[in-house]
Amino acid sequence: MANPLYRKHIISIPDFSREELELVVETAGKLKRNPRNDLLQGKLVGSCFFEPSTRTRLSFETAVQRLGGDIIGFADGGNTSAKKGETLADSIKIISSYADAVVMRHPKEGAARLASEFSSVPVINGGDGSNQHPTQTLLDLFTIRETQGTLENLTIAFVGDLKYGRTVHSLTQALSLFGARFYFVAPEQLAMPDYICEELDEKGIEYTLVDSLDDVIPLVDIMYMTRVQRERFDEAEFKKIQGQFVLRADMLKSARTNMKVMHPLPRVDEITVDVDATPHAYYFEQAKNGVYARQALLSLVLNETV
Amino acid sequence: MQYTRTVEALKQGTVIDHIPAGQGVNILRLFKLAETGERITVGLNLSSRHMGAKDIIKVENVALTEEQANELALFAPKATVNVIDNFEVVKKHKLELPESIEGIFACPNSNCISHAEPVKSFFSVRAQAKDIKMKCKYCEKVFSKDIVAVVR
Repeated sequence: MANPLYRKHIISIPDFSREELELVVETAGKLKRNPRNDLLQGKLVGSCFFEPSTRTRLSFETAVQRLGGDIIGFADGGNTSAKKGETLADSIKIISSYADAVVMRHPKEGAARLASEFSSVPVINGGDGSNQHPTQTLLDLFTIRETQGTLENLTIAFVGDLKYGRTVHSLTQALSLFGARFYFVAPEQLAMPDYICEELDEKGIEYTLVDSLDDVIPLVDIMYMTRVQRERFDEAEFKKIQGQFVLRADMLKSARTNMKVMHPLPRVDEITVDVDATPHAYYFEQAKNGVYARQALLSLVLNETV
Repeated sequence: MQYTRTVEALKQGTVIDHIPAGQGVNILRLFKLAETGERITVGLNLSSRHMGAKDIIKVENVALTEEQANELALFAPKATVNVIDNFEVVKKHKLELPESIEGIFACPNSNCISHAEPVKSFFSVRAQAKDIKMKCKYCEKVFSKDIVAVVR
């Protein structure tokens, strides 16, 4: 029987069942332990970045090539016929007639869902505006499972910009399928949006809003840091909150031994460099895991069995 | 006192009654009723025992579908929709919120891909507490009905 993700579009985390998330995470683990160079042999993947991206594009392209597949595509929509006014619908109809799958990033929300309606091959969302970035969530889940040995009943703190951070929203939705307990640490202006809190309320999932980072350090298995962007505040406001959401090595003394610090990167100053040398730092390994998670996803979408 | 009918009885067509005052014109535009070319009688700000003031629309020779009646529920949840044949009510639509609504309202998110592409807008509809929430299929943003269900 074909795996449940075979020939499926990968658009949004709420489309996934718990079993499908587990399948990707397990497959990523297998591919990290036993690398394969044959799973995409003879497959051509369209890599369509209508908006520039470094990590996501490079890790997708690395994933395809490491699995023996080939890539066509573009790294910037400025050089495509989108610039001439072609609709995304038309572009995708054509690209999907060339490739076996299309990986895409686009500045508009909903672009990947729309593309999936016009594509003859699976579309994988590499980010659509401020909406979804499902492969980031998959690599985060893989990293959490790798460091904790399980996805069940973990305690997670999200820190920083919880309002605009799409990675935070999707990861919260995904972990809520596994009985997680959440601490949301954010300035009031960047608090978790109501719709996410309402979803958690409906599912009966526990979460606590906290304004001090120190308080949650001893309580959590995962500390998920995000960047607070200066441009969201006026200067005086920023000065007031600056420093409140910065993690330093000396704060980690009270942390559990299994606690890992994650960050979708790029970091600016919310994690000081001295944290890198502590056994809690895991953000660079997390970025590396992006390749395995994307390998897992591509393999499952393009092969009946892996 | 002599009683006079303000709106003439309908031989065949649809009567939409108990529309909150002020919404009648929106409903005319929403269903493009004027474009049907049929004779339409509209009453605005009529007095109503239960509602204080109400609007009413009578359209000749047009029978509103179940789906249209449900779309109406977004504007006027307490409206009554009666389909008339030969001066008799042959069907009373019971208004229920539609599960989804396609192609009528534009997505309020200006960065949503649906604006610039050859697709119809699509919202899933859900009642939540006292509000009605509408979620765009494309950008996945959730809006209160009052923000989406506006006739532009």
